[in-house]
Amino acid sequence: MAYSDKVIDHYTNPRNVGTLDKAKKSVGTGLVGAPECGDVMRLQIEVDENQVITDAKFKTFGCGSAIASSSLATEWLKGKTVDEALAIDNMAIVEELALPPVKIHCSVLAEDAIKTAINDYRVKNGLPELEMPKSHH
Amino acid sequence: MLTLPIYLDNNATTPLDPRVLEAMMPYMTNMFGNAASRNHAFGWQAEEAVDYAREQIASLINCSPKEIIFTSGATESDNLALKGVFEMYASKGNHIITLTTEHKAVLDPCKHIEKMGGKVTYLQVDEKGLIDLKELEEAITDKTILISVMYANNEIGVIQPIREISAIAKKRGILFFTDATQAVGKIPVDVEADGIDLMAFSAHKMYGPKGVGALYVRRKNPRVKVTAQMDGGGHERGMRSGTLNVPGIVGLGKAAEIAKQDMEADTKRIAAMRDRLERELTTIEESYVNGSTEHRLPHVSNISFKYVEGEGLMMGVKDLAVSSGSACTSASLEPSYVLKALGLSDDLAHSSLRFGLSRFTTDEEIDYAIDHVKEAVAKLRELSPLWEMFKEGIDLNSIEWAEH
Repeated sequence: MAYSDKVIDHYTNPRNVGTLDKAKKSVGTGLVGAPECGDVMRLQIEVDENQVITDAKFKTFGCGSAIASSSLATEWLKGKTVDEALAIDNMAIVEELALPPVKIHCSVLAEDAIKTAINDYRVKNGLPELEMPKSHH
Repeated sequence: MLTLPIYLDNNATTPLDPRVLEAMMPYMTNMFGNAASRNHAFGWQAEEAVDYAREQIASLINCSPKEIIFTSGATESDNLALKGVFEMYASKGNHIITLTTEHKAVLDPCKHIEKMGGKVTYLQVDEKGLIDLKELEEAITDKTILISVMYANNEIGVIQPIREISAIAKKRGILFFTDATQAVGKIPVDVEADGIDLMAFSAHKMYGPKGVGALYVRRKNPRVKVTAQMDGGGHERGMRSGTLNVPGIVGLGKAAEIAKQDMEADTKRIAAMRDRLERELTTIEESYVNGSTEHRLPHVSNISFKYVEGEGLMMGVKDLAVSSGSACTSASLEPSYVLKALGLSDDLAHSSLRFGLSRFTTDEEIDYAIDHVKEAVAKLRELSPLWEMFKEGIDLNSIEWAEH
């Protein structure tokens, strides 16, 4: 199976790899997936007082498409408000990276990671937890 | 000069040896006769070529040329052996014993046999990938007609104790079939000394062409017969109808001849390269060789690099053609059933790479492979949240993962 140029680009030059201080109140962390399934994503956001995401970092254990999906997600998150971030749909990732059907789960995982990170941030800041969409797979 | 990409997936298929191609060429062009044409020179020429190939093969595995049944490849040979014995010996029983780590070309016919009313016992292997002989003996019933155990495994290269297995089969009056696709032409295989009654193998795993293989069927002590799975002109002593693939058979014969002649020298050189590759790659922290290293083919190494996913790793070593136990591309998302049968956790199975060397592999290629795998593992671990947790001393089993 050939990878799209965009997947190769994100895999070769992943954006925003790293770790934010998860103890900080302004940081939300989403850890999704499972080692048994062959992919684990950790996505972190830092949110300012205006609900704007000022920084995003990721680390991913998985195939090229999983790495690219999370790398792309961090790129999209930076500068967005939390509400805008919540609107990111996995199919937008599929489209942008031209993921084949067998790799759609990578985009779903990235969407789950964004929502989990936002929820973590919300809970830390005394906001009610949002209901997570049912896992698509 | 190093040419990229480097082919290290020789358990999937091997390149055609130029000497084999040369032997085949005349039979692709002016020597096109049908080996079954008894009435003219074209047919005689083809028949002669086929008979010669039979002798070359028989000499490699120490059997009579009459005991070779040509097929389209090992999958067909496996099907013919399993289903053919099941049908032929139906009056004796309906029970077959095999391993969970067999190739799908054995497991799927076994499933078919179960649907046809047969009983199949799938024995587990130990953490090295080896059969438990005591369990084998205990699995035998008065209905057992066949033991089917592969000679060497395609994913981890582990060689089963063939002589011990065949001794058990013989003692109990049961036929012994082995899928020797990965072994024939690579290590000495002797159907007499090994006590094999039926054996499947293929040309394209031993530097021959694709689309041709053989089934060895013993003719004496005992005389073994299989029910044909395809009806037609009654070729190959009635066991496999269909016009013989003369150029392919000539190729298989030549490949067998070269294997016999070069095996010792090839093995020495290939094993030295494999050992160096393995030694270097296992200096990487948290890397593990899968399967027995004691009872193993000389050209295979299967290594798990923990906290790195295999498919992602293959993408990182894009100039190396290798394969992975990670089945991230398959619909099931299940990692290798062979690695899981060794008791490997799913994450380690997902983290494996299989290296398969050939007689054409060079030291330079191995140097390149070592450097690139090391680089890619280091890079992907920088990206891996699991590696970070491991380095922080977090027990990954203590985390409640969201299975998906």
